[in-house]
Amino acid sequence: MREINAKQITDAVSDLCMKANFDIPDDVMNVLKRAYKEEVSPQGKDVLKQIIDNDEIAHNEQVPMCQDTGLAVFFVELGQDVHITGGLLNDAINEGVRKGYKEGYLRKSTCHPFTRKNVGDNTPAIIHVEIVPGDKLKITMAAKGGGSENMSRVMMMKPSDGVEGIKKYIIDRVRESGSNPCPPIIVGVGIGGTFERSALIAKKALLRPLGTPNPDPELDKLEKELLTSINKLGIGPMGLGGRTTALAVHIIVEPCHIASLPLAVNIQCHSARHKEITL
Amino acid sequence: MTDIIRIQTPLTDEIVLKLKSGDSVLITGVMYTGRDAAHKRMIDALNRGEKLPFDIQGQIIYYVGPSPAKPGKPIGSAGPTTSYRMDAYAPTLIKLGLKGMIGKGWRAKEVIDACIKYKAIYFGATGGAGALIARAIKKAEVIAYDDLGPEAIRRIEVVDFPAIVINDAYGNDLYVKGVEQYKQI
Repeated sequence: MREINAKQITDAVSDLCMKANFDIPDDVMNVLKRAYKEEVSPQGKDVLKQIIDNDEIAHNEQVPMCQDTGLAVFFVELGQDVHITGGLLNDAINEGVRKGYKEGYLRKSTCHPFTRKNVGDNTPAIIHVEIVPGDKLKITMAAKGGGSENMSRVMMMKPSDGVEGIKKYIIDRVRESGSNPCPPIIVGVGIGGTFERSALIAKKALLRPLGTPNPDPELDKLEKELLTSINKLGIGPMGLGGRTTALAVHIIVEPCHIASLPLAVNIQCHSARHKEITL
Repeated sequence: MTDIIRIQTPLTDEIVLKLKSGDSVLITGVMYTGRDAAHKRMIDALNRGEKLPFDIQGQIIYYVGPSPAKPGKPIGSAGPTTSYRMDAYAPTLIKLGLKGMIGKGWRAKEVIDACIKYKAIYFGATGGAGALIARAIKKAEVIAYDDLGPEAIRRIEVVDFPAIVINDAYGNDLYVKGVEQYKQI
């Protein structure tokens, strides 16, 4: 059994919250720069330039690239030979969120659904834990903004809808979202599982580095086909018109019930903020 | 870069009528911040027969909930939030004299119609460019609903705030026009 102290987790999480919000991942920046070169719409190009400049300012000044510093979403891979001492895992993560959002001057965006009263410290974090082999603890933090999350959907399709129905639903979702989710977007797609599982794998799909192929060749082909179609919609950067509507489409597929075809589309804005650490 | 028009707040009918959908603008002057919860409170106040917390004549409301200011800075990151959530409240404010809104994303027909009827503009700013846009904000002061935290109403002073005219007072919509120009399916 390897021991990891809760305090160590709190400090790591605090750091992840800040770094994720200050530093755009390299893979996202590379794709943004390529899009800037290739975009044909002058206004679309202006927007991409603003986004690139913005992300550089955020990194250089260590300030959040977007004021919506999101709900703090965590994917945790907990090695089954790890013993956490000095507190509970979830408490340690929430304490790290409190600390990071305060010390990093990040916006606190959690509120009561009815009264809309702000909780004040951006907790509770959204925590997904998976038990894995080994004695390590891997924590991935994703800051998920409200604008793009609001455009996301779970749809219980009919098995007869098939792949064609899935493609149509995804493209329609992006078209209807238009300028709202801060395009260029990344489209995370979860197909299969149950109602809630499809949403979870759609979000997980967003974490795959941009520019890396889907390990399944069939899905890789489908991702590329969908990306091409989406970029023909004409929405463009911030919806002002253009060819760069999405930077990528990422799909995860899992088995589902014989009666069902769950489909989740999780839309991610261009501020695709996530960072990971292994303890 | 596209041509840029410099405008000063408060906005007059004359300024509004000069602006066309697709124009890039740099805005200088005073604006007010307000988003979901602040809009609800303003409309609730009006329904009770109370006054708005600021004189809305000729003003611009910027849909933003900034991140906290670092020491020595007037404001934290401050990019636009999605505007459709304010659609239920905006026509009432436009009728009372609001001349401009800054946000991102499409507006309801009621808002677009109110912009035509009462001569107002809906501007778009670049979502997710909060660190860049914050540089145009020179001063910020909470003037109402402090308990709402990031959603409180702030009076902000801006210099060369970058925005683009989405909906003008003639019924044009850049989101429709832009997509039509580039769509291939």
